[in-house]
Amino acid sequence: MLSSLRSGVQGLWRASSRALQTTANLQHDSLFVHRDTPEDNPSIPFEFTPENKKRAEALLAIYPEGHKRGAMIPLLDLAQRQNGGWLPISAMHKVAELLNLPRMRVYEVATFYTMFIRRPIGKYHVQVCTTTPCWLRGSDAVLNAIKEATGCEVGGNSPCGKFSVSEVECLGACVNAPMVQVNDDYYEDLSVEDTKEIIEKLKRDEKPKPGPRSGRYAAEPLGGLTSLNEEPTGPGYGLQEGLKA
Amino acid sequence: MLRQPLSRALALSPSRVAPLGIRKFADQVQAQPDKIEVFIDDKPVYVPPGTTILQAAAQVGVEIPRFCYHERLAVAGNCRMCLVEVEKSPKPAAACAMPVMKGMRVKTDSDLTRKAREGVMEFLLVNHPLDCPICDQGGECDLQDQSMAFGSDKSRFTDIHFSGKRAVEDKDVGPLIKTIMTRCIHCTRCIRFASEVAGVDDFGTTGRGTEMQVGTYVEKMFLSELSGNIIDLCPVGALTSKPYSFAARPWETRRIDSVDVLDPLGSNIVVATRTNEVLRILPRTNEEINEEWLSDKSRFACDGLKRQRLVTPMLADSRGNLTPVEWEDAVVAAARALRDCPPDKLVAVAGELADAESLIALKDLFNRLGSENVCTEQYFPLEGAGTDLRSSYLLNTKIANVEDADFVLLIGTNVRFEAPLLNARIRKAFVHKETDIALIGPQVDLTYDYMHVGDSASVVKDLASGTSSHEVMKRLENAKRPVVILGADQLKTPEGAALLAYTQELALRLQDKLVDKEWKVLNVLQRTASQVAALDLGYRAGAGAQLAAARVVYLLGADAGLVTREALPKDCVVIYQGHHGDAGAAIADVVLPGAAYTEKRATYVNAEGRAQQTWPAVTPPGKAREDWKIIRALSEVVGSRLPYDNIDEVRTRLSEVSPALVAYGEVQDNNYFAQARMLSQSLQKPVSGKLDVQLKKLEDYFMTDSISRASPTMAKCVQAVLKQKQSPY
Amino acid sequence: MAGALARIIQGTKNNLGIIGPLATINNGSVRFQQTESTKTKFGPLADSDRIFTNLYGRHDWRLKGALRRGDWYMTKEIMLKGVDWIVNELKTSGLRGRGGAGFPTGMKWSFMNKPSDGRPKYLVVNADEGEPGTCKDREIMRHDPHKLVEGCLIAGKAMGAQAAYIYIRGEFYNEASNLQVAIAEAYQAGLIGKNACGSGYDFDVFVHRGAGAYICGEETALIESIEGKQGKPRLKPPFPADVGLFGCPTTVNNVETIAVAPSICRRGGKWFASFGRPRNSGTKLFNISGHVNTPCTVEEEMSIPLKELIERHAGGVTGGWDNLLAIIPGGSSTPLIPKDVCETVLMDFDGLVAAQTSLGTAAIIVMDKSTDIVKAIARLIMFYKHESCGQCTPCREGVSWMNKMIYRFVDGNASPKEIDMLWEISKQIEGHTICALGDGAAWPVQGLIRHFRPELERRMQAYAQQHGPSRAERLY
Repeated sequence: MLSSLRSGVQGLWRASSRALQTTANLQHDSLFVHRDTPEDNPSIPFEFTPENKKRAEALLAIYPEGHKRGAMIPLLDLAQRQNGGWLPISAMHKVAELLNLPRMRVYEVATFYTMFIRRPIGKYHVQVCTTTPCWLRGSDAVLNAIKEATGCEVGGNSPCGKFSVSEVECLGACVNAPMVQVNDDYYEDLSVEDTKEIIEKLKRDEKPKPGPRSGRYAAEPLGGLTSLNEEPTGPGYGLQEGLKA
Repeated sequence: MLRQPLSRALALSPSRVAPLGIRKFADQVQAQPDKIEVFIDDKPVYVPPGTTILQAAAQVGVEIPRFCYHERLAVAGNCRMCLVEVEKSPKPAAACAMPVMKGMRVKTDSDLTRKAREGVMEFLLVNHPLDCPICDQGGECDLQDQSMAFGSDKSRFTDIHFSGKRAVEDKDVGPLIKTIMTRCIHCTRCIRFASEVAGVDDFGTTGRGTEMQVGTYVEKMFLSELSGNIIDLCPVGALTSKPYSFAARPWETRRIDSVDVLDPLGSNIVVATRTNEVLRILPRTNEEINEEWLSDKSRFACDGLKRQRLVTPMLADSRGNLTPVEWEDAVVAAARALRDCPPDKLVAVAGELADAESLIALKDLFNRLGSENVCTEQYFPLEGAGTDLRSSYLLNTKIANVEDADFVLLIGTNVRFEAPLLNARIRKAFVHKETDIALIGPQVDLTYDYMHVGDSASVVKDLASGTSSHEVMKRLENAKRPVVILGADQLKTPEGAALLAYTQELALRLQDKLVDKEWKVLNVLQRTASQVAALDLGYRAGAGAQLAAARVVYLLGADAGLVTREALPKDCVVIYQGHHGDAGAAIADVVLPGAAYTEKRATYVNAEGRAQQTWPAVTPPGKAREDWKIIRALSEVVGSRLPYDNIDEVRTRLSEVSPALVAYGEVQDNNYFAQARMLSQSLQKPVSGKLDVQLKKLEDYFMTDSISRASPTMAKCVQAVLKQKQSPY
Repeated sequence: MAGALARIIQGTKNNLGIIGPLATINNGSVRFQQTESTKTKFGPLADSDRIFTNLYGRHDWRLKGALRRGDWYMTKEIMLKGVDWIVNELKTSGLRGRGGAGFPTGMKWSFMNKPSDGRPKYLVVNADEGEPGTCKDREIMRHDPHKLVEGCLIAGKAMGAQAAYIYIRGEFYNEASNLQVAIAEAYQAGLIGKNACGSGYDFDVFVHRGAGAYICGEETALIESIEGKQGKPRLKPPFPADVGLFGCPTTVNNVETIAVAPSICRRGGKWFASFGRPRNSGTKLFNISGHVNTPCTVEEEMSIPLKELIERHAGGVTGGWDNLLAIIPGGSSTPLIPKDVCETVLMDFDGLVAAQTSLGTAAIIVMDKSTDIVKAIARLIMFYKHESCGQCTPCREGVSWMNKMIYRFVDGNASPKEIDMLWEISKQIEGHTICALGDGAAWPVQGLIRHFRPELERRMQAYAQQHGPSRAERLY
């Protein structure tokens, strides 16, 4: 009797096991606990390079005395850049030490913000925006093209180790949708062909030109300006009476 | 770290600084500002500005449900269970965080309020596993209770894809706390406790959104002596007691109010028992002593009460092995030894867990036998005023007042492990009142920052004479409510008397200059629960030279290992009365099994001089008996019958010696500081020694007395701490 | 994010009471000092009336170019006019916060002018632009950064702040570096720093980069983030004007708000107020994205009709106006409006509130008839689920519950009864959370149900016909 119940339940499960879309693939790293791995464990030393130490000092300088903790995010970012785009636990410990904070406070911040990546990633981190404005203009096709071109699943690294692909939320370039971010640069107004071309170039370690691919320069309407056709007005144009004296 | 970024707390400070027990000084300092009128369910209530709705409601007896809010922790306002309707506000307000406004009308039982609570409850249950039948929190679970009271009567959550509730992996935070993190409702009480009260910032939230977890991120034990309190704080079954897991349901247990004796503070406790077995110990609120916290040793060492117990009287046989005998034989043997011994060769030594009743009985018995040799294990200098003046050996400031101090000087004490809840008070003052702390003695982790003034006794001398050029001198002199705490362990060194004299000199010099004449500066922190009562009763502090010539030594629970066979003459008879087979019983010829603190009605006087009594929660195991009765029986056989037949009569006798011993719950102000100072002035000799403390690290803390040494849980704690120290985290 | 705040603040004048004595002091000035105009036609704007003249980056964005376009002109004189003069210009202009909440800027600044208690004051500029559909601040920061830097100085002067922190989202790396260059240029030219512009006023501008969290666009979360913590919103009260950044009085303003301030001061509050309807005055950057022929960012007059805006600047809806399905008018957290409303609605605060939505950040997401509207909204809910900070219960648990449900609605694998339940759940979130993210997540769902209920029911029917009744039907 029990077994029949079980098979019934399994049947139910099969019927409903449609690939449910969850946010798991949206996160760079859904694991919110640390596990020691050969690449990432506290016995691997981390030290800021001399140049970065100078940068760290400059970063610390902009926060008032007693609130140096403010430099946490910039310092973690600096550490991540130094470490090839991901943030090992030793770097978090280093930042905690620099800021004289309990390590937990650093872990909290490092797990909260999606730009901190706590697992080794490829040289090119391709982040595809799939939020509604981009999705309306075909981000799904772009994402598929990227997956195909890099051989990389969302949230994973490519077999060659050069690419990591993430699905991310709105990157704030909606009028230039669809778009992807590769490391620090935005590639906008993409078609599937453009996307493939970008990936191909990256494979050859050439830097594709960032920005819109449709031929426009920035966020102006494609095909002809509807505003700002005239030369900008110069200093003092339309100065109010109150200032003229 | 908590100190700087307190901005969030700052603004809410009225609600968090003096949450409950309105302290005497807080009252004096701030004259009551004008109260404002607010209406809770149309009932008018007058409260000071800055009071939260929740507190105002409590004043008129309206309890607003809550999960994240806790009186003794910072306001988080994240559970949203306390939402209430405020008239003219379109959305409900979080009662725990919203300060009242003049004329505000709050409705705690309106449709909007009820609907808001029901909604929050529903959301909390969406991802909460309904495993109440196997959850240890069942029966004392806030979520359970409040869902009954405020929740909806049905579930609407449909999960046709069987994607399941949020599952979170459990954390390993040591042998005391069991975590079932899937049950967590993210109230963050444990995080706030760890960072605010315990001062061990190892908890936090990782991730965000539904995936957010409460935990430690890395595998790390919660290295705190107050860790058990997060079990009480957790409103659900996410954090439960590991030793108590699956042991009992709360409605099966009998709860007896009692007092803890494993540290000198006498924290108030509730002993939960079933079938004559102590299952667990919980704190009982006492604003004057432990607030509502309890230290781990006091809470978890109770399994030591079941192990290594002396359950039958024993006599050493011809080969020196202890053999069980009947009470009669043992008492006769003990009585014979006592009677046959010349009075000057009789020595009684009382240990750290001895209660006042047995102490007075033993002293009376010895006096009747013509001996004055009744002493305690713990030493105290007898020169000068010695133990004649109570002010010399007590925490005169009192535990609760320490949080009003503006400068605390610790001399030769690791207060964190000697009296964890006193340390919690100091930390509270440090965090919330900008109190600064200085320490003379070895550098230890006190969970807060302090100035380290050195570890030499001569520093105290310089401070006392006012010749010190250290910054501390100035701070002490400018302090309005300074506190000086001297660790009693320092007094057993040859320089102890001088150190005490200097400390008295320093403290009283400061005290004389204070505007607040009621404020007491001088404190001596005793190490054990019995010492104050023993000294009050006229015990001589410290057993020394008498032992070398003793013929009969009577150990009343003396297990600290100070009395050894080597120190005694070969033919000396050792009578041991106590409850654990520990150091004392090991050298005994006669063993008289006594009762532990959970098994008797007995008086203990804490370090402040506050008498409190324990109540029997279980009966003593086997043939063990209440301690004063054993001595009373013995006295009859010896032939000098003690004149009391029941506990009330014993207590009458106690009150004859000192009324303070039976003034339960109260503590008297001490005086005669000036006299003590005068008498000790001649003792101010040069000192040069280094101050040292016995309990330096957490692993030293867990096993310090016969009960905790018998506790497997405490042993596991020591192991776990040592293991954690190997870890890179 | 801040867009979500819009309705709350409008609806709750009483809430201002929370600010306590401040609000009462300033009550007199809450009213907009603006005469009722009889203007009936709004837009298009003349190029000479546009503030962001380098919006498209066709000119030099650096100091030299900025000076040529009139930035930093008479800044010293403006500062020397004094605090009251500047605040008054802002009040006259009727400028309302451009981050979405639409709080009157002049009033907000005047909150900072209480007697000092010794604490420093800070200006924080919210450049954590992350509301889906919104990309206006990015254009300012990369193409007109000097407008922002100058704005910081003037705003800082107006509120007596000693420094400004510009919190820019971490993904905007190149924008942050442009901004940083502009700041460096301004320091070098003595425009900011010690004795800024020779006015005798010391003022610093710092850039703080975020690290990827939409919630940091909420002002108190942003403050927490600058302080180096998780971006979890604080409870209010206390408001940032009392206890803000580093425990000091702080004002948080959107980039666009700050960047238009110098132009308002130069050309006069009256000039700015001459655009748009009363109480909705000024010019505004609009982002038009989604199904239009030429998506773009454009500066236009407030109160311009939505249809005209799309037809004139964005090349019209793909497939023509009749192919329009619905529009999200102010960034993802504003409820969508269907085509018939889009025909006539005016793009300003009041016009959109009347249409049961909100101006938000004026980020217009256009969806034509080919759109799977349920999926479009579901995708937004997933966005909110991903961006919820997890601090408070209704948002943490409720949004992920909504997300689970609405994705079933996409297929129709649900019971029609669940539509009401979804509505109720969204209501259970709205207004019950610490910050406005919960509201922002609830409104799109409410908009969808309000206007597309038949579509939801149709899908459920179709699903039932094809697969038999949904399991939800049986379980519910």
